[in-house]
Amino acid sequence: MPLTVAIIGNPNTGKSTLFNALTGLQARVGNFPGVTVEKKIGRIKGTAEPIDLVDLPGTYSLSPRSLDEMVSVNVLLGRQTDIGKVDAVVCILDASNLERNFYLACQVLDLGLPTVIVLNMFDVATSRGAKIDIPALSKKLGVQVVATSAHRKEGLEALKAAIAAAVPNGPGPRPHPFPEVFYAECHQLASKLAELGRSDAPSFLVERALLDVGGYLETEWLAGSDIAERWKAALVESRARLKEAGCRVPAVEAKARYAWAKQTLSDVATAPAVRAATFSDRVDRVLTHRFAGLLIFAVLMVVVFQAIFSWAKPLMDLCGAGQSAVSNVVASLIPPGTLRSLLTDGVVAGVGGVLVFLPQIGMLFFFIALLEDCGYLARAAFLMDKVMSKFGLNGKSFVPLMTSHACAIPGIMATRVIEDRNARLATILVAPLMSCSARLPVYTLFISLFVSDEPLLGLRGARQGLTLFAMYALGIVAAALVAAVLRKTIFHGETPPFVMELPAYKWPSPWIVVSRVWDRMMAFVTRAGTLIFAAAIVVWAGSFFPGDHSQEFEKQRFVEQTQATQADPLKHRAMLEESLGKLNERMAAHPPTTESERAEWQQKLSITEGGLADLNVELKPLDDARVEVNLLRASLVEQSFLGRLGHLIEPIVKPLGWDWKIGVGTLLSFPARELVVTNLGIIYGLGQDVDESNQQLWSAIREAKWPDGRPVYGVPVALSIMVFFSLCAQCAATLMTIRRETNSWRWPLVTFSYMTLLAYFAALVTYQVASRL
Amino acid sequence: MPQTLDQLPEGQSATILDVEGDDAVAVRLLEMGLTDGELIRSLGAAPLGDPLEFEVRGYRLSLRIVEARRVLIRS
Repeated sequence: MPLTVAIIGNPNTGKSTLFNALTGLQARVGNFPGVTVEKKIGRIKGTAEPIDLVDLPGTYSLSPRSLDEMVSVNVLLGRQTDIGKVDAVVCILDASNLERNFYLACQVLDLGLPTVIVLNMFDVATSRGAKIDIPALSKKLGVQVVATSAHRKEGLEALKAAIAAAVPNGPGPRPHPFPEVFYAECHQLASKLAELGRSDAPSFLVERALLDVGGYLETEWLAGSDIAERWKAALVESRARLKEAGCRVPAVEAKARYAWAKQTLSDVATAPAVRAATFSDRVDRVLTHRFAGLLIFAVLMVVVFQAIFSWAKPLMDLCGAGQSAVSNVVASLIPPGTLRSLLTDGVVAGVGGVLVFLPQIGMLFFFIALLEDCGYLARAAFLMDKVMSKFGLNGKSFVPLMTSHACAIPGIMATRVIEDRNARLATILVAPLMSCSARLPVYTLFISLFVSDEPLLGLRGARQGLTLFAMYALGIVAAALVAAVLRKTIFHGETPPFVMELPAYKWPSPWIVVSRVWDRMMAFVTRAGTLIFAAAIVVWAGSFFPGDHSQEFEKQRFVEQTQATQADPLKHRAMLEESLGKLNERMAAHPPTTESERAEWQQKLSITEGGLADLNVELKPLDDARVEVNLLRASLVEQSFLGRLGHLIEPIVKPLGWDWKIGVGTLLSFPARELVVTNLGIIYGLGQDVDESNQQLWSAIREAKWPDGRPVYGVPVALSIMVFFSLCAQCAATLMTIRRETNSWRWPLVTFSYMTLLAYFAALVTYQVASRL
Repeated sequence: MPQTLDQLPEGQSATILDVEGDDAVAVRLLEMGLTDGELIRSLGAAPLGDPLEFEVRGYRLSLRIVEARRVLIRS
């Protein structure tokens, strides 16, 4: 049996860096059951006895106000069944900010577990002039104290040795910071609990229940049992007696523990007497300056956004190229049939659908890790809090929401920095409303088709640009409104405090940045990846079955055989088509001036065209078969489960100006909204290799007619489709990421329902208004 | 005459007298070390005027104006 050691500390103490350094990026990541708290367990490398390290969320205090915060307490007390008994605890402190950090250390020592106190960022503290006598501190506390500088990997061996020695050493003495009258009350409460039939409660919990007014242990712990009322009454009486004795709860805890911290540190640690204007202060004067600060912030955000939006693009394209390469290999090995379809359209597409997000996730967390590690992320929250708090969010929601404009998935994963549960959930729920890069193909297709590029106020393309801007603005306005409504309804309650430490600036450590990026990418692949993959398979099956594909497969086999035997004419035709295009271009650019020039051009043209015509005759059976395959596919999709569903919902989408084809295309794009372009291509019988600039798709859309001959598409329909796709939740990957991040199916369901309803009604209003103008 | 922390001018120091209330905000303020008798110094406000920044117990803390209003001080 490996030993289990928990690791806890204040935020910004380098806890996760230390965790990664000790375990070597080999953590098992999951969730604690029933809460949104991430569970990370890793085996410490290079110890004689196996030791499992359990990472607990960064916190300033062990006073649980919610189920989420209760998890840490339960783990430390060995009450969390999926972790079991904890053999020791490692408490990480910021060596340059000892007094504040000692508050948590005091609570941890009160647990009565074998403890190792780590003074991390020791190099920073000493460079600022702090002097800490470690042996004396260790002697005073009665537990081991180790100095480390995790970002330089200094002190790690000593820490490992200390952890290994902690269990045999046993627990140290409890700090005993409170006046005796407090302990007397706790004693009384414990006997009261025993009287009520709960003699199993550890003294730590009884103390916490007494101290945390309105906390989890008062309101939820015994809720539902018949003793809950009597327990609450006992707590109220106890607190009243303590107040009388001059020991007011909850203030007494801070007073007592900080007094203990001062007393403990008094002769073993000296902070620099005069706090000189540090490097950090000087940097901050610029970075939080009224004008310069906001300007630098804006520039930084543009760079981060640009990185996710465009710099990740080549990697994503590489992902797409890899996907089609693998598909081609599969296709060359397996004849057309259900198995090939499952492998290429289901499995490979599903895996590709997971991997394609990695460049953006990696890019975003590279910047977040960089900004967080150097201390700027806290300033970004500080700068933006006033704006975000207007919508019931807080400053920490800004970066996740801004980056959701590139992709909501890394955005949602980045909400982890928001400590308040309600603010975090509200941010997660509105993040998918931001217009991400997957909306662009949809916007591009319909804007280039239906919004005129005639100049507006002398600017060519201004109307198109304005329409695109309106789509982005729509997402932001909707998110602000929804956030405000959410905070007034399901996440109501007091606005969470924005009490935040502004850590000192320091140079970011490459090792921390790399490990953070790796961490997040692995968490996405192992946790959300499986669900995204499953969704891709389900949608594949829904659009494949039922339906007799034998004819399609037969034709496809013919197409592939003919392509192989007629590879040369095909290549030749492609060449001729290219040179014909070039000829026409050149003629348009330099129209022939003389008669002889004209004749020369004409001759060149007719030779090329003649060659093409011959080849077209030769390749006609192949071309016809290709068209047939595409038409067969279109009708098979129409007959599939999802196609039938699309027909069924036609009455519902008709008020949006949509026909069933748009309805089916939308249903089929559940895995990812940009798929709607491909799906329209399949439905219009053009095959699956169309994109938003495909001319055939453009003319198919222009020529689409209702049975009575009216055109399907027009500006109102184009607008209603764009508005729908701007606000809808057609992205399985986002929903699965929400499932993983919140550890519950409830929030992806809520997100999907409210976004779909919102998208539907907004599209309805858009169409009804626009078609009457 | 006790003041509240949001009124403390930039660059000035004061002694904390008390934190009002016993809700989550008050507890968080106490946990962050805003206990009576402790010195606190104002470092100014964010560019948009809120939140405020302070130095207490040797570190830097950001509080919204509404939260700073809960802290009674004597300058």
